[in-house]
Amino acid sequence: MTAHNSTTHTGTAAPATRPAAPMTMAAALNAAIRDAMVDDPSVVLFGEDVGPLGGVFRVTDGLYAEFGETRVSDSPLAESGIIGTAIGMAIYGLRPVVEMQFDAFSYPAFEQIVSHVAKMRNRTRGRIQLPIVIRIPYAGDIGGVEHHSDSSEAYWAATPGLTGVTPSNPADAYSMLREAIASDDPVIFMEPKSRYWSKAELALPVRTAPMNQAVVVREGADVTLIAYGPTVKTAIATAELASEEGLSIEVIDLRSLSPFDDETVSASVRKTSRAAVIHEAAQFGGYGAEVAARLTERNFYYLSAPILRITGFDIPYPSPKLEEYFLPTPDRILAALGTWEWS
Amino acid sequence: MPHDCVMSLNVESAPVITQPAPTPLRLIDDAGLAVDPSEAGGFALPSPEILLGLYRRMVVARRFDVQVTALTRQGRLATYPSALGQEACEIAAVASLGALDWLFPTYRDSIALLTRGVPPEDILASFRGEWHSGYDYYQHKIAPQATPLATQALHAVGLATASKLKGDHTVALTLLGDGATSEGDAHEAFNFAAVWQAPVVFLVQNNQFAISVPLDKQMACRTIADKAIGYGMPGYFVDGNDVAAMYAVVSAAVDTARNGGGPSLVEGLTYRMEAHTNSDDPTRYRDSSDVDAWRGRDPIERLEKYLVSVGVLTDAERADITREAEDLAAATRECMTRTAVIDPLELFEHVYATPRTALAEQRDFLANEIAEHEAAAAKTTGESA
Ligand SMILES: Cc1ncc(C[n+]2csc(CCOP(=O)(O)OP(=O)(O)O)c2C)c(N)n1
Ligand SMILES: [Mg+2]
Repeated sequence: MTAHNSTTHTGTAAPATRPAAPMTMAAALNAAIRDAMVDDPSVVLFGEDVGPLGGVFRVTDGLYAEFGETRVSDSPLAESGIIGTAIGMAIYGLRPVVEMQFDAFSYPAFEQIVSHVAKMRNRTRGRIQLPIVIRIPYAGDIGGVEHHSDSSEAYWAATPGLTGVTPSNPADAYSMLREAIASDDPVIFMEPKSRYWSKAELALPVRTAPMNQAVVVREGADVTLIAYGPTVKTAIATAELASEEGLSIEVIDLRSLSPFDDETVSASVRKTSRAAVIHEAAQFGGYGAEVAARLTERNFYYLSAPILRITGFDIPYPSPKLEEYFLPTPDRILAALGTWEWS
Repeated sequence: MPHDCVMSLNVESAPVITQPAPTPLRLIDDAGLAVDPSEAGGFALPSPEILLGLYRRMVVARRFDVQVTALTRQGRLATYPSALGQEACEIAAVASLGALDWLFPTYRDSIALLTRGVPPEDILASFRGEWHSGYDYYQHKIAPQATPLATQALHAVGLATASKLKGDHTVALTLLGDGATSEGDAHEAFNFAAVWQAPVVFLVQNNQFAISVPLDKQMACRTIADKAIGYGMPGYFVDGNDVAAMYAVVSAAVDTARNGGGPSLVEGLTYRMEAHTNSDDPTRYRDSSDVDAWRGRDPIERLEKYLVSVGVLTDAERADITREAEDLAAATRECMTRTAVIDPLELFEHVYATPRTALAEQRDFLANEIAEHEAAAAKTTGESA
């Protein structure tokens, strides 16, 4: 009764450690896909422009040349078709890695993702599993035209059956994508566009914390800032500013939105007694609402103040000239923390 | 303009596809007579032995369908979409597939599952409301019956493409309704299949209704089969109540796919004799005279006339088929007497491969609630005893 596409370790050696080199997040993602394809012949890659062009963000650069048409291909331009065919491939034992070109262009695939990718294992009582990775460049701060800057994470995180993760830095990008591809669960892999060109020294194949865990990226005593993807950088900048004013901020990079790492986050909140969630997506019904609610339920008697959400406004994502007013900034975050009563 | 630029235009390089027949292709007519080979569109009438096998399976499948509809009317199944009258399409689909091929069915196609060997108990699991789907997909090479319309067509294309990428010879066949061809996913599936030359067959059962909506409100073109040309694959317009023609065309399409010839679209023109499901009232949208007219074109009766005329359907054969059908009906009724006990805690078991702490907490919560409930019930029983 085991599904036919369980991860098989056929003994192909993982690529040896390579010398450390500066690498962008886009390059780290590229290396992760490449290494996964070398290790596992059942990994295939397809989507819009991912072939000879290497994707509009060049994340799949060079893979078509290296692996050829049978493993890397440009698909017709239809997102539901991409996800739907990936499902059929996964049933037959492949492990598809597919790309939705931009966040808002994943919506045509919503039905396939929510009604099938998420539900197939449950529907079939575990007999069919769909080890599919759906890569979605998301969020704003790149001066994109409409439909190129959405943060759609709450849709995916609210869907049982999906795993949703988002790296904030190149090392996590490599490690988490390797883990996502190896996972027997379908993973929505959300890549913060504004961080594609961020750089770090990486000695591949780097491995960071397991992808379903949150990580304390900066320790502090007074406040916990909970961020993910593009806002981790904002939260760290906020903490640096605050330390000049004598406020000690702990920053958590959630990394995984579904599952939510209650243990790590609650431990931090119990320590600091104050928390705020930061995301680009609109506030109403956003991911931060879930974070605030579950942290309050679990840690009410440890809290000195209500959990705040510092997020995008409840409006459609603005055009490039206005996005600076929309995105949470360190100043806005500090101002929000200032609304708490500090005894 | 450079020469190779011109050459890359599809209009120069892709083959011209011929139009489907203007009238539905048939090999045996309403009266049960073999049509003249000159009008058979190049398809040969299957042998009497093959036709007898198809007849047996249609009779058995109908008996099952009628039995399950009866059980539903008795309130013993939550729902059942009947395929009464569509047996020629359903059975031809399954008979055309090899053991390693895959079938991607819809809610309508339970008799196709039955014909491919799924036990009645496993088919009925979902209609009894035990779980969303209940058979062994890899053993039977049948995907779960799809409810979101046309979505399964893309799954079939994906599986067929994977088979091609691996160098296998597995073919996928998907069943679709006429209404489902209006969905975007049907369009995407036809297009992906043709572009990728996937070994897949789309069998559209045009039963002329999508719940209450007739076909002329779904599309403005002449036939569904005509659409195939627009995607660059052959389309076949077939009499969906002539199992001989359906079998000849669908098995040829399966062979084409298996031999690297790419996808085909087959439209079987048929009629949904029953309501959409037991909760539907067809008198609100169609005339009983239409239904009566189609009753006169019954796929089983038509083949029966032919088989009697060529002398292969003997009384002994008939009795044997009836016995098989009645045995199956009895087994179907019998399986309803067994109640599957499903542990409610299994609700949490198959959502993820990777265990989740928060889900384990919810499972424990439910386990506790059930235990408390049972303890309270036991106490009440004890007190009243
Ligand atoms: C995407 C989607 N929309 C609506 C429905 C509700 N629905 C179920 S069956 C049906 C009619 C389908 O008609 P057709 O494709 O002709 O198949 P048939 O039922 O006649 O076999 C509708 C509208 C659905 N299941 N999926
Ligand atoms: Mg119909």
